[in-house]
Amino acid sequence: MQTGTLTIAGKSYPSRLIVGTGKYPDFDVMRRAIEASGASMVTVAVRRVDLSRRGGESLLDSIDTARVTLLPNTAGCRTAEEAVRTARLGREAGLSDLVKLEVIGDERTLFPDNEGLLQATRILVKEGFTVLPYTNDDLVVAKRLRDAGAAAVMPLAAPIGSGLGIQNPANLRILLEEIRDVPLIVDAGVGTASDAAIVMETGADGVLMNTGIAGADDPVKMARAMKLAVEAGRLAFEAGRIPKKLHARASSPLEGIVR
Amino acid sequence: MVIILNGEDREEPPDITVLTLLQTLGIGPGRVAVELNGDVLRREDFGRRTLGDGDRVELVQFVGGG
Repeated sequence: MQTGTLTIAGKSYPSRLIVGTGKYPDFDVMRRAIEASGASMVTVAVRRVDLSRRGGESLLDSIDTARVTLLPNTAGCRTAEEAVRTARLGREAGLSDLVKLEVIGDERTLFPDNEGLLQATRILVKEGFTVLPYTNDDLVVAKRLRDAGAAAVMPLAAPIGSGLGIQNPANLRILLEEIRDVPLIVDAGVGTASDAAIVMETGADGVLMNTGIAGADDPVKMARAMKLAVEAGRLAFEAGRIPKKLHARASSPLEGIVR
Repeated sequence: MVIILNGEDREEPPDITVLTLLQTLGIGPGRVAVELNGDVLRREDFGRRTLGDGDRVELVQFVGGG
C-alpha cells in the first residue's frame, strides 16, 4: 500500500523519513541503518577538512548518492552570517541547492534563533537555495519562514538529541492546520518508533531524526522500526482514526446472546 | 609565501593554484568545497585560481551530522 511521497520544492521523495548521518559507531553501521530506514534523503554537516588526519574512509564512500539525496545542514552556526557562509560551502561541496538551515540561539537547548533564522532564510532564498529551516513550534515564525520562501517548515518536537518524544502535540497540530502550502517536517525529539508514528498520525508530511536511530543499541534495527512507524503513522492518518469516546461501544452484536 | 589554511599558517610556493594545493594535500577536488578570502570558489575554477601571500583558504567537506 502506498502512502504517497514527500514533495519538496516540486521534487518527490519516496520516503517521508529523513535521517541524519552523525553519531554512528562506524560508517558500516551508518550505511546499513540508512538502507534499513528506507530514507531517500540524509542530512550531512559541513566541516573543515582535518589536515592532520588525511586518508582513510570518508563519509561519502558509505552513502549511495545515486539513491539518497544529500541535505547539507548548517548545524552549529550561531548567526545568520555563519549559516549563510556554511550553506554556500555546502552547495559547492554537494552541487545541490538544498539546505537544512539551522541558526542556534541557545547552546544548552539548541533552540533556534528566530531572528537569525529568518534573516538567513531570506538571503538564501534570494540566492536560489531550497531552504528547509529547523525552527521551534511557533506558528508566527513558521508563517514568516513560509512567506520568506522556505520550501518546508521543520519544527522541533523536543530538543535536538533529547529523545524526549513529542512534547508539543497541540502546537504541532496548530502548525499543521495553518501551514498548508509547504510541507511540515518534524525535526528533532523522536526517541523511539512510537514517537515517529505519533508525528505521522498527526498529519505531518515527514519526520527527520538522527540520534533516535544512531544512538540506539542496535541502530540498524531501530532504523527499520522507524521506517515501519513512519509508514504506519502515515497510513493511520490517511485512513482516518475513529473519534475518541468516553464509554464502551460493543464490537460484537448485542442480539442473539445465549443467556 | 604563507597562506592561512583552515586557520593555520602554511608555507606554499608562490602562485600555487588551488588545484595544486589540493593535490599536495592528497585531496580529490570532487569532494571538497573551497573558500578563498570569504568567497566560495567554483570547482571548475580550482585549476585557474592562484594563491597569494596572506590568502585565507577554507577547505571543507561533508561529515556525519543531523
